[in-house]
Amino acid sequence: MSSPRSHSALEVRLHQTLPFELSVSLNCEPGELLALVGPSGSGKTTVLRTIAGLHRVRSGNIRCGNQIWFDDSQGIHVSAQIRKTGFVFQDYALFPHKSVLENVMLATPGQSRLERRESAMSWLHRTNMQGLHAKKPGLLSGGQRQRVALARALAREPNALLMDEPFSAVDQQTRRKLYRELAQLRRELHLPILLVTHDIHEVQQLADSLCLLHRGVSLTQGPVSQVINRPQSRTIAKLVGHQNLFSAKVVRHDARYTYYSLDENTILGGTAVHELKRDSSVSLLIAPTAISVNNAIGDTDRSTLAEHRLPPGDYNRLIGTVSGAVELGDELSLRLRLDSIPKALRFRIATYEAEKLNIRQGKLLSVDIRPDGLHAMVDRS
Amino acid sequence: MSPFALSLKLALWTTLLLVPVGLLLGRWLARYRGALKPWLESVIFLPLVLPPTVIGYYLLRLLSPGTETGGFLAEIIGQPLVFTFPGLVIASLVVNLPFAIQPIQLAFGNLPEQLREAAWVSGLSASQTWWHIELPLTWQGIVASATLVFAHTLGEFGVVLLVGGNIEGSTRTVSIAIYDSVQSFDMQTASHYSLALLGLSLAALVIVRLSSRPRR
Repeated sequence: MSSPRSHSALEVRLHQTLPFELSVSLNCEPGELLALVGPSGSGKTTVLRTIAGLHRVRSGNIRCGNQIWFDDSQGIHVSAQIRKTGFVFQDYALFPHKSVLENVMLATPGQSRLERRESAMSWLHRTNMQGLHAKKPGLLSGGQRQRVALARALAREPNALLMDEPFSAVDQQTRRKLYRELAQLRRELHLPILLVTHDIHEVQQLADSLCLLHRGVSLTQGPVSQVINRPQSRTIAKLVGHQNLFSAKVVRHDARYTYYSLDENTILGGTAVHELKRDSSVSLLIAPTAISVNNAIGDTDRSTLAEHRLPPGDYNRLIGTVSGAVELGDELSLRLRLDSIPKALRFRIATYEAEKLNIRQGKLLSVDIRPDGLHAMVDRS
Repeated sequence: MSPFALSLKLALWTTLLLVPVGLLLGRWLARYRGALKPWLESVIFLPLVLPPTVIGYYLLRLLSPGTETGGFLAEIIGQPLVFTFPGLVIASLVVNLPFAIQPIQLAFGNLPEQLREAAWVSGLSASQTWWHIELPLTWQGIVASATLVFAHTLGEFGVVLLVGGNIEGSTRTVSIAIYDSVQSFDMQTASHYSLALLGLSLAALVIVRLSSRPRR
C-alpha cells in the first residue's frame, strides 16, 4: 500500500455563458468533504467532469495546490490522466469484461504487476471487497459495485476524490452502510473530496460543507449547518428544501429579540439580529425543528384562543387548522393553515404524540416556535 | 487462377483493406452527433439499396480510361482499371463499405462513453484505453464486419460483372462462373461452386451470430 501523502486544496473558478451558463466558485481543503448540491440540470456533474478533465469550459481556472490543471488565460488544460483525480461515476462505469481485481489494478500505479496486484488487493480489502476480487462486475450487487468503483478511484492515489451521486443506485440499507464506510475511509485519506448529490439528508450525514448550484451558478458555499439552517436568501432556502418561508417586516428590536410582523396581528420574535433595519422587508424562515405543539384546542371552539395569544419572543404562538396530516413511519407530517395569514406551516411530530393529542384533519392547533428557529433573509429586489 | 481461388483472393484483399477503414469510420460515426450524420450515413449505406448494376455502371464510367478520373487512375497505377483485378478490388471496396461499417458502428455505439472516461481518469492513455477497454468490448463487431465483407465479396455478381467483365483467370469470380456454367448447361460445376458458396455463407453467418452473443 502507498505511504500516506500530503494533499493540497482544490480551487475551482469556472465561467462561461455559452453553450450554457456556468459561474462556479468553490474551494475544498484536504480532508474536507464538500457536497455539490442542486436540482437536476443545475450543472453539478458538469462541474465535477470539468474538474476531472473530462469536460472543458470556456474560461476559468482549476488548481490543486501549486498544480494548475486548467487556466484559459495561460492556455493550460492538463489531461484527465495527469490530473490524477479519483472519479466515482453515478453508475460506477466498471469495466464489464474485467474482474474486480483487474478493474482496480488498471488504475493502480506501480512498476511490476505484482506490486500493482498487492496494492489493488489492499484497496479492495479497505473497501470491504475481500474475497470477491475474481468476480466480474455483472455478478455484483449495487453496493459491491460502488465499493469497487471507490477502490478503483482510490487506488489511483488521487489528488482529489470526485463522486457523482455514488449512492443513488443502492437501497436505503446499503446506503447507510456505505455512508459509514465512507465516513471511516475519509478520515484516513485526508483528500479534498467532492460529492455530487441532491439529497440534503445525505449532505447532513456526510459532508462538512456545501456548495449550492442553481442553473449553473454557485450561490453559496459554507458549513452544512450554516447553509441549511441559516440560508442567505429565499432562493437558497427553497433550494435546500425549506417550506416555511414567509414574507415579513422587521418591527423592532430589543436586547434579546428582533420582532417580525407576518401581518398586523401576527408578530414573532426571533433571536436578535440588530443589523436588520426597522421596516425592512425580509423573508422569514421558520425551522420545522423549532415548532412544537402547544395544545390541540378543539374542533370548533375558538373561545379559548385569546388566552393563547401571548407576547412574542418567549412565546411565539400561532394558531391554525390542521389542513393536512400524512403519516410517515413514526412521524406525522402536518400542514397547519394559519388563522392570520393565508399560508400553511409545515412540520412533523411524533406519531405517538399526535395520537395523544388526537390530532387529525380539521382540528384547531396552537403551536410554539422557538425564537432561535426564526431566520430572516433580507429581500433583494 | 480458378474462379474459386480468384474469389477468395478478392474477398481477402477487400477484407484486409476495408476493415481498417470500417473501424475508423464506424468508430467515428458512432460518436459523431453533427448535422451531417444522416447525409454521411446515407451515402455510405447507399450500396445496400442501390441495384448492383447501377453501382457497377457508375464505377465503370468512373474507372474507364476514356474518362478523366479513369485516365488519371490508370496513369497512377500504370494500367487501366476496368476489366482488371485491381478494378475489381476498387468496386468491391465501394459495394462492401456498409457491410464493413455497420457492425463496427453498432458495436461502438453500444460502448458507453463513460467507460472510456473511466479509463482516462484511471490513468490509461488513449492507446491503452483502446487495447484494454475498447477493443475487448467491440471485437465482436469487428469480427462481424470482416466476416460479412468476406462472405459478401465471395457472392458479389452484378458489380463484378460490369466492372471486371468475365475474363478467365483474371476477373471471372465464382459467382460469374456459376452463371456461365448454368448458361452452358454445366450443372455439375454450377452445383459444386454453389454448394461451396452456400457453405461459406452459412459459416459466415454462424460466426457473426456466435460473436454477437451477449456475454457477462
